Amino acid sequence: MSDGAADGKGVPVRLDKVSFSYGEALFAFDVEFTATQITAIMGPSGSGKSTLLNLVAGFEMPRSGRVLIGGGDVSGEPPAVRPVSMVFQENNLFAHLSVEQNVGLGRSPSLRLTDTDHADIAGALARTGLAGKEKRLPRELSGGERQRVALARVLVRDRPVLLLDEPFASLGPALRDDMLDLVAGLHAERGMTVLFVTHQPQDARRIGQKVVFLDNGAVAATGTADDFFAGAGPEAFRRYIGAGAGDALSRDIARKRT
Amino acid sequence: MQPASDPRITAGSVALAAIALLIGGAFAGLLVEGAHDLSGAWVAFDPYLLRVVRFTLWQAALSTLLSVGPALFVARALSRHPRFFGRAFILQLFAVPLALPAIVAALGILALYGRAGYFAGLFNWVGGQGWPGIYGLSGILVAHVFFNLPLATRLFLEALQTIPSDQWRLASQLGMAARPAFRLIEWPTLRAAMPGVAGLVFMLCITSFTIVLTLGGGPAATTLEVGIYQALRFDFDPARAVALTLLQIALTFIVVLALTRLGANVVGDTNLPVAPRRYLSVNGTEATLNALLIGLALLVVAGPMAATVIAGLSADLDRLAGETAVRQATLTSAVLGFLSALLSVMLSLALTMARRALASNRRSGPMTLLEHATDTGAGFVLVVPPIVVGAGWFLLLRHVGDVFAIAPLMVVTVNAVMAMPFALRAIRPAYDAASERHERLCAQLGISGWARLKLVDWPSLRRPLATAFAFAMALSLGDLGVIALFGSDSVQTLPYLLLARMGSYRTQDAAGLALLLGLVCLVLVLAADRLGKGMARDV
Repeated sequence: MSDGAADGKGVPVRLDKVSFSYGEALFAFDVEFTATQITAIMGPSGSGKSTLLNLVAGFEMPRSGRVLIGGGDVSGEPPAVRPVSMVFQENNLFAHLSVEQNVGLGRSPSLRLTDTDHADIAGALARTGLAGKEKRLPRELSGGERQRVALARVLVRDRPVLLLDEPFASLGPALRDDMLDLVAGLHAERGMTVLFVTHQPQDARRIGQKVVFLDNGAVAATGTADDFFAGAGPEAFRRYIGAGAGDALSRDIARKRT
Repeated sequence: MQPASDPRITAGSVALAAIALLIGGAFAGLLVEGAHDLSGAWVAFDPYLLRVVRFTLWQAALSTLLSVGPALFVARALSRHPRFFGRAFILQLFAVPLALPAIVAALGILALYGRAGYFAGLFNWVGGQGWPGIYGLSGILVAHVFFNLPLATRLFLEALQTIPSDQWRLASQLGMAARPAFRLIEWPTLRAAMPGVAGLVFMLCITSFTIVLTLGGGPAATTLEVGIYQALRFDFDPARAVALTLLQIALTFIVVLALTRLGANVVGDTNLPVAPRRYLSVNGTEATLNALLIGLALLVVAGPMAATVIAGLSADLDRLAGETAVRQATLTSAVLGFLSALLSVMLSLALTMARRALASNRRSGPMTLLEHATDTGAGFVLVVPPIVVGAGWFLLLRHVGDVFAIAPLMVVTVNAVMAMPFALRAIRPAYDAASERHERLCAQLGISGWARLKLVDWPSLRRPLATAFAFAMALSLGDLGVIALFGSDSVQTLPYLLLARMGSYRTQDAAGLALLLGLVCLVLVLAADRLGKGMARDV
């Protein structure tokens, strides 16, 4: 875990009295994510974890309130111009484009790439352990490798905020740990602000510095990961991760619930 | 997420307006004519007209019964044997009639069962007297069964394949024999699919034009559509044409309304999913029975096709190929078919994109009128058969100038719109799935406009667009409805030329042309099928 990130160029993300509705469901978020830290966003299904990320990324527009990134109001801006990158659970890649092209889109949305860009892409692929797989198509990659490509694109996009929407949920335990360590490593090098949605307590514990716990469309509690997992979290959080929280964070109970 | 003026929505609106103009113009023509000669239209409702209506419904009902009933059992037989040599070929063969021009099939049937057909000798020997040929109701029924038995079989088979394989595992564990398995597992599924399938076949039969025109063989066996054609082209009786057209619209409207009530899917598909793994054992008696059933169905479907080929090959193909009229008609058909398919695909894509854009902008809440129109609007095209659209414009333009001069325009536009339900079926699921996967990614990475079209949309839509194009072109190439009204010596398509040769008893020529037309359509349908399959693999 990296406390002091390299050059600390992450920026704070703030949802200022943001309200949002989707059909019957109502959400109200008022929360700040510390710059240059990894915050795990946890909560039961339907509590609004993905919605919160979508609001930050710009896929959803708040009904009222403001979304502030690095102090600037981005509420009205389209996703592409916001200083964020997002990795989804799936469909991060265009199936008909090669690994290299998929990463290159992070630099130029029309794939007009300079020599510098190509060098950066090669560097990002090497950093994520994909060297030699530049020409492959996504279907020729394993699930873990596909998410590595998405992370390589995050590197070439080089935005100060990274949103992770359960990107490793469908991977096996050992592979998931590898990926989490990769994220932690990238964070150590780049120092971006990371918002990380997960159902897995041990994932949050492994790389999370802060925890934001959502319940019923609102932030129920915030705190450091250490406090949360030492049992200082709210009652609802302890109920969510299961009885006898402390020990029970073993792999057995920590199955994905959705 | 989308800007208010999404170009996709504009494109969809333009497409809708074009379709509305085509259909609306036809209605305007009918109304103007009807108002012009109100008493004439009224007088046209005579006993003859009632007889035509009665025959239209009667032949459709019989055709439906004869197609759908046997199809139930053929489909079941095919589903009981998910793996045998030639099964894939049979299913492929069963897809051919869907796009085989009706006039080609009619010739094939005549070559088999006609007065001078291959079976005439056998029938003479059995009946002991002169075989009169298969004109009239029997000819219409045989042709309709040729088209609709395989269609219904494929639809029922599709339904049977939705039965989860766990149910079959359970059935074999419980030791269920064929009869209880049919009663408890297969029949409920088939019964649920029945109204939709029967409705579709009925609909296709009451709007059948070419078959009735070529095999009906006289006023005793005339349907509304053929009546419209005769009123316009032979009797010059516009009032009667208006009356017939209004009846036809009312009839199809009622049927489509009933169909949508029953939840039918009014458009057939060229692709079938691969049979899932089955856990069942079929005993010897049943296997024999199934083989017999499948064999009989195969004869019904393959017979006329084989006859078309054999009769076609015995024609003087060299001379035909050298004839100016044939070359001219082939060229006209190719150009009109190409343009029609292009237009059909463009209209369908525009509607699909607009619908998707509207749906994703809306998120939740009720659909707007525009979204409804892009969603189901194209389906209503089926209510208005090509002949009706053609008749409306024919009546409207008759006052303005030379009706026959606009033949190419009518053939292209009407056939394009008629092929839309099929084109949409190929394009829409692919576009929606691609959009589902790519929309957020494109928004995130800022891929839009031309770059999006080139890098994202075109690669994922290339195949479905090609499938839709090939299918639309096959349908358009084989159409006789519009060209029968608007065709003349100066504008002839292959089906029109074929009809002319049949009319002047140059049967050999007709057979040769049918072979040519049939082969082109077959190649197109196979291409569409191949492209569609590859699509499923890619995802």
